[in-house]
Amino acid sequence: MTILTRAIRAAAVTASFALAAPASAGDAKEQYFPLATFRVGAYASSGIPSWAGVIDYLRYINEVEGGINGVKLFWDECETEWAVEKGVECYERVKGGKNGSPVAVFLPHGDPVSKALTEKSVADRIPLITTGYGRTEAIDGRVFPYSFTVLFSFWSEASSVVNYIAEQVGGKDKLKGVKIATIYHDSPYGKETQTPLDILSKEYGFENIQIPVPHPGNDQSAQWARVRQIKPDWVFLRGWGVMTPVAIKTAAKTGFPVNRIIGGIWSGSEEDVRPAGSVGKGYLAITPFPAGQDFEILKKIKAEIVDKNRSDLRDPKSFGSVYYNSGIIETIIAVEAIRTAQGRFGNRPITGEEAQWGLEHLVLDEARLKQIGAEGLVQPLTLSIKDHEGGGAGKVLQWDGAKWAIVSNGWVKSDRELLLPLIYERAAAYAKEKGIVPRTAESAEASAR
Amino acid sequence: MSFFLETLAGGLLAGVMYALVAIGFVLVYKASGVFNFAQGAMVLCAALTFVTLRERGIDLWLSGLITLAILVALAVAVERVVLRPLANRPQITLFMATLGLSYVIEGTSQLLMGASVHELDLGIPDTPIELGPIQLSQFDLAAAATAGALVIALSLFFDRTRIGLSLRAVADDPGAALSIGIRLQTLWAVVWAVAGFVALVAGLLWGARQGVQFSLTFVVLKALPVLIIGGFTSIAGAVVGGLIVGASDSLAEIYLGPLLGGSVSTWFAYVLAVAFLLARPAGLFGERAIERV
Repeated sequence: MTILTRAIRAAAVTASFALAAPASAGDAKEQYFPLATFRVGAYASSGIPSWAGVIDYLRYINEVEGGINGVKLFWDECETEWAVEKGVECYERVKGGKNGSPVAVFLPHGDPVSKALTEKSVADRIPLITTGYGRTEAIDGRVFPYSFTVLFSFWSEASSVVNYIAEQVGGKDKLKGVKIATIYHDSPYGKETQTPLDILSKEYGFENIQIPVPHPGNDQSAQWARVRQIKPDWVFLRGWGVMTPVAIKTAAKTGFPVNRIIGGIWSGSEEDVRPAGSVGKGYLAITPFPAGQDFEILKKIKAEIVDKNRSDLRDPKSFGSVYYNSGIIETIIAVEAIRTAQGRFGNRPITGEEAQWGLEHLVLDEARLKQIGAEGLVQPLTLSIKDHEGGGAGKVLQWDGAKWAIVSNGWVKSDRELLLPLIYERAAAYAKEKGIVPRTAESAEASAR
Repeated sequence: MSFFLETLAGGLLAGVMYALVAIGFVLVYKASGVFNFAQGAMVLCAALTFVTLRERGIDLWLSGLITLAILVALAVAVERVVLRPLANRPQITLFMATLGLSYVIEGTSQLLMGASVHELDLGIPDTPIELGPIQLSQFDLAAAATAGALVIALSLFFDRTRIGLSLRAVADDPGAALSIGIRLQTLWAVVWAVAGFVALVAGLLWGARQGVQFSLTFVVLKALPVLIIGGFTSIAGAVVGGLIVGASDSLAEIYLGPLLGGSVSTWFAYVLAVAFLLARPAGLFGERAIERV
């Protein structure tokens, strides 16, 4: 091997460490917040308002609150087009931090990429915050230390839908014999609710019918012909992208009442119902991201960011939309986790490992939510090593032809007591399969010292 | 029995929608032997342009005409900038050029007109009507009628007009056509413009059905088995292929899907296409390639 070759190799190794090794909190004064955005491609219509919510809240924290306890945030974007390989590439590029500032949390913004990053995030000690998506077993932080399925897992989504239907039919005891058809995107994401619905149907006696729709779902005549034949009382629609408006339109043309369709988390945005036109009026959806502009924090962001032309939002119609608010909500969680970690480790940029501690000690009770101005927007939640979800409830929205209205009586809770033991069982099976030694509260605390 | 008939009818009508996209591919292939991968992007571009104009308060017909003018301009530009410099190159080169072109058209469309999802209302009711024991969509029936009219118009264009006959001559033997003074460049621009018109019709109908959004480009995925079954050079073949794919997809989804425990229509049409390739490589109506060796 020549001296030149050795020198090149040594330089390459040094450079790769400089690029990829996680930065420590060190001398950095600001907190790096990388954003894996998708502003072009098939899912840009959902990405653009979501990331606007994220960026507007980060700006609000910097410009109105002077940062998190004085630590300002800075961010940059890498475009993923919502593709798994590009999302992973983006994560690899940013995980080492920037300008000496570490990455505290990473927002994958996609179920497939969050699953692809599950093991990498453990190796890199960077928490993934997956609000309303991600592997349900990751609720068990003993086995999934760096995956945070905060707010509303897919199992909770299914359970809350069943509980909402129970409210409509007069109680859980009236569910016996009720036909609930789930029309789902035929993908790992779409299949996530099959197990909990199976469990719940045995518990409450409703008839559980599962109908798959192949990606992308732009023709569903066969699926809705089946619905017409089966005649379910309710349809639970778990779509993504174009699948939702096509489902609403096909339901209407087969004569199925749209006010008996409850969309899942990713079938409940303005972008999902607007293309369906007037036939979408009456459509329901469950969400951990309530739409609306009347929340206190939204009013502050409007006054301080939007009205001062500092917003990332290009289309003013999207202010207060489900996707915009989802960006605000997930950033509130990230910011509060960093704030919690600062309470333990000091008011400085936080590392991923410290942010994990912050997340596992995050308490967003009514009082704190009121201080933030997020009362009614974010559900109260308390996270712990055994519970990376915290909330497990959603609000039911109804489309009035122009905007969403909240029609549920507050947050519709899921049957977490019934489902959690089964989730823990699945997590334990995953740990056994992968040879993971589950953490305990004591071992987690010891490693944080 | 009525359920079977309703599923079959729904599938046939869905197949007509696939055929509309497939016809665009056939036109370019007939005239130049090139599989135009950019047809899906043209469908998106057409629908996005139309809906953007409509949202700016421009009249329905005027929006259609302006969109068509833009598509014709795009066709001329494609001929000048992409096809002319690549004339006489291997077909794979032209195919790769259309692949690149599809990304350019998609990206430029999103850049200029945004990535939002748009509602498109063509004023065609989408309520069900009862035909005996069968329920059918008025919108789907209107789409089928449009496809029928389009096939007749294109057949007349190819069989009865001078340009149409020239196109057929170029398709049969480009060298011989050139030797008798047919201008290949002009014909390519014309055929791309007609493919643009077909993309506009397909974009409007698909856009009204699912909203105008990026995923319109995905409809080409179903056009491929339609082309393999019907043949790459026959407009009538595209329609028959569409009907076969639509009907078999729907029936397989209902009767085969539950047995296999999942959705089958993603791949069933391709299985069918492979079977046709083995039995009839040129498709049902395609012209067999005969070469002197």
